[in-house]
Amino acid sequence: MNRALILGGALSALMVIAALLSFVWTPFDHGAMNIPDKLQTPNSTHWFGTDHFGRDMLSMIMVGARTSIAVACVAVGIGIGLGVPLGLWAAARQGGWVDEVIMRGNDLIFAFPSLVIAILITAVFGAGAINAIIAIGIFNIPVFARVTRGGALPLWAREFILAARVAGKGAARISIEHILPNIANLLIVQATIQFSLGILAEAALSYVGLGAQPPTPSWGRMLADAQTLVSIAPHMALVPGMAIILTVLGLNLLGDGLRDALDPKLRVARI
Amino acid sequence: MLRYTLKRLLSLFISLAIASLLIFAVIEVAPGDPASFMLGINAQEDTLAALRVELGIDQPKWQRYLSWVGGMVQGDFGTSYQYRTPVAEMIADRLWVSLPLALYALTLSTIIAFPAGIYAASRRGKAGDVGVMGATQVGIAIPNFWFAMMLVLIFAINLRWFSAGGFAGWDKGVFAAMKSLTLPAIALALPQAAILARVMRSSLLDVLDEDFMRTARAKGLSRGAALRRHGLRNAMIPVLTILGLQFSFLLAGGIIIEQVFYLPGLGRLIFQSISARDLIVVESVTMLLVFAVITVNFLVDLAYAAVDPRLRART
Repeated sequence: MNRALILGGALSALMVIAALLSFVWTPFDHGAMNIPDKLQTPNSTHWFGTDHFGRDMLSMIMVGARTSIAVACVAVGIGIGLGVPLGLWAAARQGGWVDEVIMRGNDLIFAFPSLVIAILITAVFGAGAINAIIAIGIFNIPVFARVTRGGALPLWAREFILAARVAGKGAARISIEHILPNIANLLIVQATIQFSLGILAEAALSYVGLGAQPPTPSWGRMLADAQTLVSIAPHMALVPGMAIILTVLGLNLLGDGLRDALDPKLRVARI
Repeated sequence: MLRYTLKRLLSLFISLAIASLLIFAVIEVAPGDPASFMLGINAQEDTLAALRVELGIDQPKWQRYLSWVGGMVQGDFGTSYQYRTPVAEMIADRLWVSLPLALYALTLSTIIAFPAGIYAASRRGKAGDVGVMGATQVGIAIPNFWFAMMLVLIFAINLRWFSAGGFAGWDKGVFAAMKSLTLPAIALALPQAAILARVMRSSLLDVLDEDFMRTARAKGLSRGAALRRHGLRNAMIPVLTILGLQFSFLLAGGIIIEQVFYLPGLGRLIFQSISARDLIVVESVTMLLVFAVITVNFLVDLAYAAVDPRLRART
């Protein structure tokens, strides 16, 4: 049995469950300040301890998981929504000017230092979750376009596609009805990897104050809060840090596991 | 080779032109008038107008774009709204922190990743391989700014081996300066080393399956000698590409790490300028970083094509 798949799936499921559960229940109100109980290390009442305002860290982690998932989900959605059609189009017009323009555009976006541009976008259009999503999402477009095109090109040479063309189907219909289902595996695996990168990017942007704004809890901002207090309350940095690491690790393992389970020959671009 | 170089050079210029247009456009739509930001809300309209003329922001957009790009080509990055000093000088000062930091991190990343990747490949499927690959999975998952905080906690606060932040300055001697860059460089290098080790391993594994490796063994070379003389050299090509990408990533990725360690590099310059609405600085520093990234990628492509003639034919 595939150990990476099980471990990765379990870690990813844990995060999703924590996020979903936070809608109906958290141990404490995640925003409730309780100064007398501030900076407690993990104990039986506050499992993950409390921060400098006495807020329960476990509750903040659970609600913060929502922010991370939401940002990463929409960013991956932007990548799939725009990248996959572009990749399908490029593959259908292989060697033509459409293909050339799409792939050169891809190279251009790839060449940009994504973090710098994300900072530029959020700085100019205002810090916040929405702009962070857009900034992260833009860089997912070329990734999905490239993977889609790469997966679609060899399919276009296959007999069943030829049969579909003989049957009179147009390029767009063939792409949707025959190409897309055959590259779904590839896209699922890539989506897992981009999801984990999205979570890291969101944490980095929030950490420098350009992501989700207060009072929305976010793992990156919890780390920013912890920075000045790290010497007296290391758990404030350890807890959100471990949340990020375990989630990203889980998603990466899930991606590797899925790749092996779905198709051992599959190759996915990892950046 | 010449044809290939010219073709790549053309696409380099197109990329740079589009990049500069995009950056200019993003900065243009930024809300807020730098003049009123500098003079405050009580400023008189004629004072504002005078400052706008002085800053050159009263001119039409296309003219400002052309003079910005034209200036940069000649090494003139404009004048900071905030400090009234040439942006080129500010950037040059900061580069003395950011560039050594990126190079330092790249060196560390290579020193860690090469042996780790080679070791894992030579132990394919065995405990050593699984261990190294497991460690790289964790390394990739660690946010470098969090790792930086942990390094500060352990080596600066608890052990007191390093200072928790700030930059000694090169005038205090190379050793002091490098010492203050050590923790940031480690923090930057670790996740990159994890990626590089994985690339090194998979690239080496691909080569190990080649016929020429079997031939090398058959003619009597030991495993180690075959690996060194025939394996590594062929495996280096994909690794070099990643190395080039990593340099640009480290230069740009330093932005966040500089925040953690309060290093006066390009990253802090960007953040300070953003909060002061000193847009000309933001614009020029971003363009410089994009320029560095695109140019490094271009040089890597060229080096790649020089080493491997098959690539020239393909493009």
